[in-house]
Amino acid sequence: MSTTAAQSLLIRHGLVIDPGRINEQADLLIRDGKIAAVGKDLPATQRVDVLDATGLWVLPGFVDLHVHLREPGFEYQETIQTGTAAAAAGGFTSICCMPNTLPVNDSKSITEFILDRAKSEGLVRVYPIGAITKRSEGKELSEYAELKDAGCVAVSDDGKPVMHGMVMRRALEYARTFDLPVVDHCECLHLSEGGVAHEGLVATELGLHGMPSAAEDVMVARNLELAELTGSKLHLAHLSTAGSTRMVREAKTRGVSVTAEACPHHFMLTEEAVREFNTNAKMNPPLRARRDVEAIRAALKDGTIDAIATDHAPHAVYEKQREFEFAPFGIVGLETALGLSLSLVEEGILTVEEVIRLLTSGPAKAFGLPRGTLAVGSDADIAVVDPVAQWVVDPEQFKSKGRNTPFGGWKLKGRVVKTFVGGKMVYQV
Amino acid sequence: MSLKRKDLLGMADLSVEEIQLILQTADSFKEVSGRDIKKVPTLRGKTVVNLFFEPSTRTRTSFELAAKRLSADVINFAASTSSVVKGETLLDTASNIEAMQADFIVLRHPSPGAPGILARSLRASVVNAGDGSHEHPTQALLDLFTLREKKREFKGLCLVIVGDIAHSRVARSNISALVKLGAEVRVAGPPTMMPRHIEELGVRVFFNLDEALKGADVIMMLRLQIERQGIALFPSIREYSRIYGLTPERLRLAERDVLVMHPGPINRGVEISPEVADSGASVILDQVTNGVAIRMAVLYLLSAGR
Repeated sequence: MSTTAAQSLLIRHGLVIDPGRINEQADLLIRDGKIAAVGKDLPATQRVDVLDATGLWVLPGFVDLHVHLREPGFEYQETIQTGTAAAAAGGFTSICCMPNTLPVNDSKSITEFILDRAKSEGLVRVYPIGAITKRSEGKELSEYAELKDAGCVAVSDDGKPVMHGMVMRRALEYARTFDLPVVDHCECLHLSEGGVAHEGLVATELGLHGMPSAAEDVMVARNLELAELTGSKLHLAHLSTAGSTRMVREAKTRGVSVTAEACPHHFMLTEEAVREFNTNAKMNPPLRARRDVEAIRAALKDGTIDAIATDHAPHAVYEKQREFEFAPFGIVGLETALGLSLSLVEEGILTVEEVIRLLTSGPAKAFGLPRGTLAVGSDADIAVVDPVAQWVVDPEQFKSKGRNTPFGGWKLKGRVVKTFVGGKMVYQV
Repeated sequence: MSLKRKDLLGMADLSVEEIQLILQTADSFKEVSGRDIKKVPTLRGKTVVNLFFEPSTRTRTSFELAAKRLSADVINFAASTSSVVKGETLLDTASNIEAMQADFIVLRHPSPGAPGILARSLRASVVNAGDGSHEHPTQALLDLFTLREKKREFKGLCLVIVGDIAHSRVARSNISALVKLGAEVRVAGPPTMMPRHIEELGVRVFFNLDEALKGADVIMMLRLQIERQGIALFPSIREYSRIYGLTPERLRLAERDVLVMHPGPINRGVEISPEVADSGASVILDQVTNGVAIRMAVLYLLSAGR
C-alpha cells in the first residue's frame, strides 16, 4: 500500500472531511505526492494502487503548533526520529518544535541542524520555532531575519515567559518585519513563584504551592495590549483559564491580531487529577478548576481558540518518579490528541468538523503554514482515521520515548490507521 | 485488632473507626510509659528507621522513644549526613535502607507527598512524620488524644486553629480529623496565610482573632515559621504578635475552661505570650507526653496489620 512519490494512490469510499470545503463520502487521488483529485467515483486505472477507506475518515494531516522534540541536547527524552514517529502515529503531518533545546534554537545553525535531522530521520514535516531572545534569557532579541531565512515559522521563548514588558514590545514590533507570529507562554513568574499546581482546593488540601489563574491572566492581558499597540501577530500558547478566554474573545472582537491554542489535557482534566500527587498530572500551565475547563471548551466552540496543540513534552520515567515538587512539568500528547479531542464530540460539545478544523486549518492559519487542507494541488498530507475504533491508551506502546501521560488506561474512541506525508505512508496501525 | 493498612500517610485517609482504634490503643501504651520499666516486647526484632530530611528534635525523639519502648531497634538517618547530598533520589535512598531489612520507615520530608512515593514502592511500613505543608498525622492523633483526655467528646467542640494555615501540615491534619469527628473548626489568621478554598474543607475562616475566640473550647496555636518567609506574609513580627498573638486578655474571650495547645516548638512572645504558655489552660506538655503513646500505638497497629 505504500507509495513512492511517483506512484499514484486512490483512497476510495472514505468520508472525506476538510472543514469548510468538503464533508462527504468521496474518493481522493494522490499523484506525485500531491492531491490530484477529490470526488465521487474517481476511476481506478491499472497503474493506481487502491486503498478501500469504507467506514473511515480521510482528513488533512494534523498540524501541531506546540511540540518539544528535545533534540539537540535531550536525546534521552526524545529525538527528532522518535518525536516525528509519535506525530505520525497521532495523525500529525506537520509539527512545530519549540526552541528549548540545548543549545537553545536562537540561531541559523541550530535551525538548520533540526531541519537536516528532520529530513534524514523525520517521518513528518518539522517547522522550527526560533527563540524570541538570545538563549531565551528574555533580554536581547534573537536575529529574526536569519531565523526566518533558515526556516523558522514563529518565535517563542517557550516555557520562559518574556517577563520584561519592553522586550516583549520590541519582539512584537520587530517580528512584524518578517510576519513572524510571536508565541508567548503567559505566566507572571512573580505570581507563580514556587508554584507546582493550580492554586485551588486540591493544592490547598495537598499542601502544594499554588499557581494562581491570575498569573496567566495578567500576562494575557499585557500581551493583548501590546499586540494591539504594535499591530503584530501574537499567538498565545496553551490557554488554561477562564480569564484568558474571556480576554482573548474580547480582543478578537476588537480586531486585535491574536490567535490562541489549547491542549487536550486542559479541556479533559481538572486539578482533581493531581490528587495522590500524580506527577503525570503536573504540567505548566497546571490543570485548573472545572469552570476553567468549561471556559476552554466554550472557547474552542466559538472560535476564540484557533487550534488544539499538544505541548508534547516527553520526560524520562525516572524524572517523573520524584517528589511532586521536583518532578518536571509536562506530558506527552501527540499520540492521544485525536482520541481526546473526539471525546468532545461524544460529549456533544463540538462537531466532528470543528474538531478537525482545530487540528488542521486552524493551526495552519495561525502560523501561515500551507498545510491542513485537502485542496487539489496541495501536498498529500493525510490522516486516515477509524472513527469507531475503541482503544486503550497504553504508554508502553507509544512511539515517543516519553511515557509521561495521565491518560494511561483511558479508553478512547477514534484511532489513526494510516498517515501520509507528501503521499508517502509514514504510519500504519 | 489492627489497622488494615501498611502505611500511615495522612489523616485524610483514616476513617473515624480507625482514628478511634488508634486512640484506644494509645490508652494502654500511655500506661506503659508511666511504669517504672517503660518497655514491652511487642516489636522485638523489628527495625525502625527514622529518615529525616528536615531538622526535628521533638518528633524524631518521640518516634525513637516509642520504638524503643516497644523493643524495636531504631536507626536515625539524617539527610544532611547522607548520600542525599551526593544526589541520590529519595526512592533510591529509601530502597537502600529497606534492603537492610527495615520494617518501618518514619519519614520527615519537606516535599508534600514524599511518603506516598515510598509507600507505593517499598514493602516496609511508611509513617509520615510530616511532609511539607501536607500532613503530620501523628501530631493530629496526639492532639486528638489530648483533647479526648481533657474534653471527652469531639462532637460539638469549638476549636480555633490560629496562624499560618497555608503552610501548616499540623493545621491540615487536624482540620481533616476534627471535621470528620464532628467538631466545629475555625481557622484564624491574616489572608496572606489563609489558603484558598479552605472553607470548602468544612471550616469557618476568621481574619479577626478576637471574633474567632468567642465561645472557643480549644485554641490551637501554630508556630510562626519565621524561617519560611519569602516575600513576607506580614510586615513585622511585632505587628503579627500584636494582631494574632495569644495573650491573657484574648484568652478571656474564650470559654472559661478553654484549652491551649501548640505543636511546638513555641516562639515565646510571638504567637503565644509566656503567661498563656505557662498557664493552667496550657496542655502543651501533655501533648508531648501523649505523642510517645500515640506513636507506639501507630507502630504497633501497622505492624499487626501487615
